[in-house]
Amino acid sequence: MRKLTRREFVVSVGAVGVGGLLAACAPPTAAPGAPAPQQPTVKGTIKIATQSPLSGGQAVLGEALKNGAQLAVEQLKSPIENLGFRVELVAFDDQAKPDVGVANARQIVNDPDILAVVGHLNSGVAIPSSEVYKDYDLTMVSPANTNPCITDRNYLVVNRVCGRDDVQGAVGAEFAYNELKVKTAFVIHDKTTYGQGVAEFFRDRFRELGGQVLGFEGTEEKANFDPLVTQIAAVKPELIYFGGIYDQAGVFFKQARDRGLTAQFLGPDGMDSSELAKIAGTAVVNMHYTSVAAPPTVYEGARKFVQDYKQRFGKDPEPFSAQAYDSAAIILKALEAAIRDAGGNKPTRRAVAEKVRATKDYQGITGVITFDERGDPVKARYFVLKVLSANPADWAKNQLVKSLDLAPPKLTPELMAKCGVRR
Amino acid sequence: MTGQLRLIRLYRAVVYPLIQLTVWSAASLVIISAVTLALAVVFNRQVAGGLTLVDFVVRTLPQVAIDGLTIGFLYAMIALGYTMVYGVLQLINFAHSEIFMVGAFVGVEFMLLLNLPPDQPVQGLLLVILLTTLLGMAASGLLAVGIERVAYRPLRHAPRLVPLISAIGVSFFLQDTVRAIEGLVNNAFFRNYPSFPALNEPLTLASVTVAGEPVTVQMQAKIILIIVVSLVMLSGLNYLVNATRLGRAIRAVAQDQATAALMGVNVDRIIMLTFLIGGALGGATGVLFGIRVGRIDPYVGFIPGIKAFTAAVLGGIGNITGAMLGGLVLGVLEAFAGAYLSQFTGGAFGSEYKDIFAFAILIIILIFRPTGLLGEIVAQRA
Repeated sequence: MRKLTRREFVVSVGAVGVGGLLAACAPPTAAPGAPAPQQPTVKGTIKIATQSPLSGGQAVLGEALKNGAQLAVEQLKSPIENLGFRVELVAFDDQAKPDVGVANARQIVNDPDILAVVGHLNSGVAIPSSEVYKDYDLTMVSPANTNPCITDRNYLVVNRVCGRDDVQGAVGAEFAYNELKVKTAFVIHDKTTYGQGVAEFFRDRFRELGGQVLGFEGTEEKANFDPLVTQIAAVKPELIYFGGIYDQAGVFFKQARDRGLTAQFLGPDGMDSSELAKIAGTAVVNMHYTSVAAPPTVYEGARKFVQDYKQRFGKDPEPFSAQAYDSAAIILKALEAAIRDAGGNKPTRRAVAEKVRATKDYQGITGVITFDERGDPVKARYFVLKVLSANPADWAKNQLVKSLDLAPPKLTPELMAKCGVRR
Repeated sequence: MTGQLRLIRLYRAVVYPLIQLTVWSAASLVIISAVTLALAVVFNRQVAGGLTLVDFVVRTLPQVAIDGLTIGFLYAMIALGYTMVYGVLQLINFAHSEIFMVGAFVGVEFMLLLNLPPDQPVQGLLLVILLTTLLGMAASGLLAVGIERVAYRPLRHAPRLVPLISAIGVSFFLQDTVRAIEGLVNNAFFRNYPSFPALNEPLTLASVTVAGEPVTVQMQAKIILIIVVSLVMLSGLNYLVNATRLGRAIRAVAQDQATAALMGVNVDRIIMLTFLIGGALGGATGVLFGIRVGRIDPYVGFIPGIKAFTAAVLGGIGNITGAMLGGLVLGVLEAFAGAYLSQFTGGAFGSEYKDIFAFAILIIILIFRPTGLLGEIVAQRA
């Protein structure tokens, strides 16, 4: 190897410098609230973190989740402020990526002021991130994570206010078989913890009912679905189930209809965003999806929330905004109780986690929430919805076809073992 | 006499590559189809939907071949940009996938600005697409020239790895710049191309009856558009490089920059033009890709870019027709793997393994033909 000339050396150092500059210009992933001047009566600051994708294809849902929590903190923080603490919300962008979620989680647990987390949007991000929270007794209330392993690991710090995929997948299969009267289905998933999980529960229940599953395919493709469409066209299923999220499913649905597939479409709550109509247009009209979160209009007592949200953020809430509001509200209640127990001092994280788990008959926007011993709601509500219009602005008017209150399956050692928890 | 010479030159520059492309891609399609059919006959059994494996293959084969060519033509068009720049500078321009992405974004913004009603007549639509494509070409071409000026020219005499790193840096920079701009302006950084029924209309190419079931082979109108545009691009590029004065200068710079300069060729200008042409091709492809796929985001160029680069290597990097052929072969391999892996392996390997399979075959081809399918025509720089 020959020696670098001076010019070459200068040039390569310059290139490194430019790289460093670019890195420095990158937007920070966290947006901490501006530090206000300390008032003499304040005993300290309590922070609640949110983790959701604020950038990337799922940012619409992720931002709505953060906004819901933010609204709750702004509206409901006064009892804690009266006890002498400032309350702040810190938003983290997990980019819907497990590695980013875990990196954020390490940052979160190292900030002693953060006593609780609202998040995440994606189960595949929530599970590894909550392993970090667990080690530091930091409680997490999830508004949106539906994978069974979220709570089946039986951690004190992990709770959710929504339903589960094993129930949701089965609800979808029963609806398809009994009410849409289809006997054959082709199942596609996005290979994530969430998408593959719910697709497997759909497939298993559909088979149990007597239906025939003509194919079960995972794909990370986001643009060209030709090979998949051709394969599906040859076996002619009556129904296509897509276990995944709207940003990928929308493109698939559109290409499948464009290519002349006439099968009905069905999906889980990952379909639930106005973006789906924006991407797929008429292709998704008349499709059904199951959900653990109906549009806020379905819930009694959500009208004020919708109004406040619109006024504060200038747009309609997306699914999971109301759930995020409830999650943050539960945390605030627990914080208040924990501060009182600690004699007006800042409580430990463990104390807050115990208070959250003890939540009973909390009157939220989305219903009455009582956590069971593993952090699931005692009864969660599941919905089947139908898309009526290709206009994204009409997404909130999707028709509610069915709504069921169902309890989670009993926690057994087998369920825990499935999630990698061993005795 | 000169007229005849011109004709011969035109034939060698434009017609011969088209024949070469047709023969090679037809041959590879036939080989891949034959192998698939043979495997189906050997491993014949019942698969899903009451079909046997042979039924399944026979019924889907023509459509899979068309799917493969479709995606292949897109890879091929992107590969042209890589190969142009490599041929002249021996630089792998990793920012090319982002130049392509910028073209797609300029196109989508323009189309959304026009706000056309979806039920356009075809003639009007073609005009709009032509305009959008030209706009995308202009934006991407100028961007590529700018990148060359800022990020590559100061490093031209540095060791080869240095501009490569610079290219990767530019690629990240462009991704996040587009993301930032779209995020600020639209509050979401992905965009959807407007959808026109006239373009999605499936045209039936053939209809035959196999095992008592009608099988139709369809192609959407927009796919035909893509194929026509890419063939025009290939022919135009071949003509430009092999039959014009400018092309002779480009080839001279590719062979030996110092000597070319001594012969009176303005090297900087030729390199700039190379980037302009490569970038413009990338921009046109970006617009067509967006129309084909529908939804684009700032990271949309990455995977097609990697595959197109591979296609350029497969065809023989630096060789224009080779890049095109490489794209087609890679597209076909991918389509076959995507459609059949799952049924052949009984679900053990799904279509998600299509890339692994396609790239494994690529490695095998390159072991036996290290210079690529068509080899390298442009001489290596000394």
